[in-house]
Amino acid sequence: MAKIRGAVTIEEERCKGCNLCVAACPAHVLSLQPKEVNNRGYHFAFMSSPEKCIGCSSCALVCPDACIEVYRIREE
Amino acid sequence: MDINDIIKPENRIYKRPSLLTDSHMHYCPGCSHGVVHKLIAEIIEEMGMEESAIGVAPVGCAVFAYNYIDVDFVEAAHGRAPALATAIKRLQPDKLVFTYQGDGDLAAIGTGETIHAANRGENIAIIFINNAIYGMTGGQMAPTTLLGMKTATTPYGRRADLNGYPLAISNLVAQLDGSCYVTRQSVQSPAAVRKAKAAIRKAFENSMAGKGTSMVEIVSTCNSGWKLTPEQSNKWMEEHMFAKYPLGDLKNV
Repeated sequence: MAKIRGAVTIEEERCKGCNLCVAACPAHVLSLQPKEVNNRGYHFAFMSSPEKCIGCSSCALVCPDACIEVYRIREE
Repeated sequence: MDINDIIKPENRIYKRPSLLTDSHMHYCPGCSHGVVHKLIAEIIEEMGMEESAIGVAPVGCAVFAYNYIDVDFVEAAHGRAPALATAIKRLQPDKLVFTYQGDGDLAAIGTGETIHAANRGENIAIIFINNAIYGMTGGQMAPTTLLGMKTATTPYGRRADLNGYPLAISNLVAQLDGSCYVTRQSVQSPAAVRKAKAAIRKAFENSMAGKGTSMVEIVSTCNSGWKLTPEQSNKWMEEHMFAKYPLGDLKNV
């Protein structure tokens, strides 16, 4: 059966660590970096469990800084 | 399959709109302004009006909107964006003219301009960000502040006997004969963002079709002013703001 797989890229320097994408993700793919920060001192978001991503673009829709790009494929 | 096999240009389904400039937005983390800027950039791009859109920026947090959206912009005096947009649209009726205003701009000092522009039926689109507080100046009470809501100037909560009642200005505009489309939306969830995008697009199309004034109110958050995290303020908005400012179309002619 075909399976939808997704992935996101996050522009780390633009991310302000607001956590809205983490809250919006239905598959619990994203987290904020626990220790690492970007140049502006924010704990940016990253894919903590990339294998769960379904490419629904919920995170990208709610991102106020438009730093998320979404990719999706159909895996045969 | 490896993650790098998925991240390829041909698989991309959502990207940063090309009309947003590279500059970092000065908004606080989690601010709704960023989402609405993104929607406006996407819609203008989809409509193919990059060369013929003229925005009018307000005074308030969104005062630097012209730095972030790469279309022509004019900066209006505080509250006077609908008056300026009237002039631009009358002189250049083939341009897409929209104003982008907050509640301190549109519902306080600019109430007269807003109501009269809508009453004259000017063919402009008004994007109204309602976060019930003056965000830029440090969280003072706005006309739209809810009863009992704590702000810098109402530290014990807004009182009706002292400060009056919150102003639902979209309901006023909806009663005027000149307005054609008045709606209230929010951007706190993916579904709400999609609905807000459809509403703003409709407002822009009405403006180009010459149907009258369109107003899209976005009920939004000000997590710095409300002293909450972005997630908490979304929740607070759903619980408290939506009771006074219910979402949906108020007028659609």
